[in-house]
Amino acid sequence: MIPGTMAATAIKRHTLPTRLLHWVNALCVFLVLMSGLNIFNADPRLYWGQFGAITDKALLTIGSPGIPGWATLPTWRDLATARHWHFFLAWVLIFSSALYLLISLFGGHVRRDLLPARSEIAPSHIAHDLWNHLRLRFPTGEAARRYNVLQKLSYLGVIFLLAPLILATGLTMSPGFDAACPWLLTLFGGRQSARTLHFGAAMLVALFIVVHLTMVVLAGPLNEIRSMITGRYVLPAAKSE
Amino acid sequence: MLLRSGTAFGGLLLGGCDRLSRSPTFEGILASADSLTYRVQRLLVGNALAREFTPAELSPVFRSNGTDDPDTDEYNALRENGFVDWRLMIGGLVARPLALSLAQLRALPQRTQITRHDCVEGWSAIGKWSGVPLGTVLDLAQPSPAARFIVLYCADELEEGDGGYYESIDLIDAYHPQTLLAYALNDKPLAVGNGAPLRLRVERQLGYKHAKYLMRVEAVADLKVIGRGKGGYWEDRGYAWYAGI
Repeated sequence: MIPGTMAATAIKRHTLPTRLLHWVNALCVFLVLMSGLNIFNADPRLYWGQFGAITDKALLTIGSPGIPGWATLPTWRDLATARHWHFFLAWVLIFSSALYLLISLFGGHVRRDLLPARSEIAPSHIAHDLWNHLRLRFPTGEAARRYNVLQKLSYLGVIFLLAPLILATGLTMSPGFDAACPWLLTLFGGRQSARTLHFGAAMLVALFIVVHLTMVVLAGPLNEIRSMITGRYVLPAAKSE
Repeated sequence: MLLRSGTAFGGLLLGGCDRLSRSPTFEGILASADSLTYRVQRLLVGNALAREFTPAELSPVFRSNGTDDPDTDEYNALRENGFVDWRLMIGGLVARPLALSLAQLRALPQRTQITRHDCVEGWSAIGKWSGVPLGTVLDLAQPSPAARFIVLYCADELEEGDGGYYESIDLIDAYHPQTLLAYALNDKPLAVGNGAPLRLRVERQLGYKHAKYLMRVEAVADLKVIGRGKGGYWEDRGYAWYAGI
């Protein structure tokens, strides 16, 4: 060992349920997004309100040939198969998310690791973290033991805002479920508004995935991916100035 | 390196999923979620009514989809005569088989409702439907206790030589107060594009269940012996039988 340097500190970063459910959800979210894009291609227009069809004004139209095949599941146009994938995965995600919430809420993961401290949500602190991230300077040493505030806010946003919004707007598109919960139509302003919000929220999840994967690559992919598989995470050493 | 392995992994995943999508066994596994959805919705929804809208919320145009004109010799002959020779045949597992004319159907207690039509493709249109509740007609025909489904046979063939359009629903939907044999859309007799002279409205399910150009209604115990056995034209081509989602 070179005098003056410290041995890398390895910590246990993620608990087994977090790691397991991360990979189940990662696979399912990828596939549910892609099957959703195949379903979207059956009518690649978004409307607002209770009704909306080709004879009505659209908010957004994706011209022919729609979303390219490499981004859809299956890769060819197949509404029936895409719907089977989509609803099967939706059920898996309902069960895996419920399990995750149960474990994380009662096991303390949300309180301990995800909820930011009061000092962390001070605008100056967030601005400081944002500036460091933009300069690709990430927390090192002891500061890397815990999620930073940008991580905390984006994880909380996906788990407690986007996921419930996607579930609720998805259910609002079901004519059967609408009969049971007509208030959903009032809440979202109609089935077609719900469809548009469902699509928008899904695109935000896709954006989250892009940023998330970029951060993994920038922060040291082997260390990051290993920590989500075995739990072992080596605290990044502080860069010498 | 990482990007390349990511792309390779993505390609593998996509290729694998495409292969799975073509496997009938795997399609069966995916479709098992349909029966879960059906059971959960039946439990949660019960006999609740679909939302009804006000005249101000009607779609300016109620578009035609699927077949817009059956154009068979038999249908054209009926159409030329203003459907006076058309009869709705009601049979199968019933005590009293019936043949009802349009005038006889119109003489039965009518229901009018403004509801939303949701196509499996994603679009919705709101229309005002008038017709006789299917339950009223079934009460006249008296299905036997062995009957579990109501099958609706249509005059149109979506693809020539591919068997006629047909659909089926369970008895819960068949007797639901909003399930109509509809003969009018927006206060006008049903246009050919929308299923003249009579179509099904089954408001808590998607558009392909709302069979148009009705010719025959049958009470049956089993769907396996009809068509390709999945309970409907689109069901025989991969779509879910329960289309409440």
